[in-house]
Amino acid sequence: MSDIWAGLEAAFWLIVTLDGDLVEITARSLHVSLSALIIASCIALPFGTWLAIRRFRYRRTAIAVLNALMGLPPVVVGLIVYLLLSRTGPLGVFGLLFTPTAMIIAQVIIITPLIASITHQAMRELWAEYHDLLISLNTSKRQRIMTLIWDGRRALLTAALAGFGRAIGEVGAIMIVGGNIDHATRVLTTAIALETGKGDFALALGLGFVLIALALAVNILIHSLSQTEQEGRW
Amino acid sequence: MVSMTLSLQKAVVKRRGKTILGPVDLDLKEAQFTIVLGPNGSGKTTLLRVLHGVERLTNGTLSLSKSNEDARQEQAYVFQSPIMLRRTVRANLAYPLELLGRPKSEIETKVQRWAHRIGLEDALERHAPRLSGGEKQKLALARALIREPEVLFLDEPCANLDGRSTREIETLLIAARAQGTRIIMTTHDMGQARRLAYDIVFMLGGRVHEQGAAAGFFDAPKTQEAGAFLNGEIVE
Repeated sequence: MSDIWAGLEAAFWLIVTLDGDLVEITARSLHVSLSALIIASCIALPFGTWLAIRRFRYRRTAIAVLNALMGLPPVVVGLIVYLLLSRTGPLGVFGLLFTPTAMIIAQVIIITPLIASITHQAMRELWAEYHDLLISLNTSKRQRIMTLIWDGRRALLTAALAGFGRAIGEVGAIMIVGGNIDHATRVLTTAIALETGKGDFALALGLGFVLIALALAVNILIHSLSQTEQEGRW
Repeated sequence: MVSMTLSLQKAVVKRRGKTILGPVDLDLKEAQFTIVLGPNGSGKTTLLRVLHGVERLTNGTLSLSKSNEDARQEQAYVFQSPIMLRRTVRANLAYPLELLGRPKSEIETKVQRWAHRIGLEDALERHAPRLSGGEKQKLALARALIREPEVLFLDEPCANLDGRSTREIETLLIAARAQGTRIIMTTHDMGQARRLAYDIVFMLGGRVHEQGAAAGFFDAPKTQEAGAFLNGEIVE
């Protein structure tokens, strides 16, 4: 119990004094996770919607594979990205290993299937509702996808936030491809792992509370910006 | 407005091996208001969907006086349960025109005009799925007519509506017909059929059992089954 109080106290002082390291680590965490979220959303939202409206031969298999990929072990993703980006790997020439870019690539691979799968579920229901109308209006495939994405934007926001939650809390993959280098690739989750390893539980807990507050703040901010809870506004 | 002709030759629709419609031979040329009558499960809705091109034929052909692409742009369909986009009334009305890439000024003018015609001018910013059943059906009809289609299909548009809403919808349909829109509509309401129909297509068991002018059909049906149906008897 005393560790928790000490953690709360540490978190309080870290925030109140605007600790330089904390600000840097927090900014990097946000940069990596939001970049991954934007890239993954650009891929997953149209793909999940396309999968909901398109009928093709191996559609069921594709959906099953997508759902299975939601459970990708981050450590394995990290290992594969590490091998691809390492000096001897096929993408080694770009020198991306142990950079925030490598961490973003790993997170994109981890959260894209999650966002695409949730998008597919939500868009499948909306498509069932809209199907006859959109077919009757002779809409093109592009028009159908755009209509579904616009009208289902609240469900898609939930999908994106689920992706952000997974990205901001991820540690295994980014530890491998980022290396947890101070002032270079250290983020909140890897810093927590490091402090726990050193036995500094108060600081680890303090960083943990900051991470939770950050995740909540981003969720609340996005919800308030998109006005999802305001009944009368559409 | 040049009238579009629609005809079916030996049209058959099967689902899971079961024949839902046909074989049907049907020509729809001159009449301005065709009512499709028949008991439940007689194939009325399937016939309408086939004519509109949203239901594929298993066998036979659908012939139109225009290319398929042009014909689809000149048609509109109102469903029995109105499908509302999860948007405002204004956005629902604007949607078909936006698909056609019409200028914003034209869209706004037409939206205002149609909202006024259906009595929803004060509800333009309301969320359409929250409207009452009658309001939704009027909005669905206005959304179909805002493109000024040559052919309008309606699948029991007044089912479950009160008398006032039914009267308002019939007024809109009569006005659309007067402006040259050919209307093809299914209904269970015999009174509505008598009020609106120029000609009748009577369906039974997935086939066109009788077709002809409305006056002749109601005064002297040619078949025993049609007579029984008009007398309110159960027909299968």
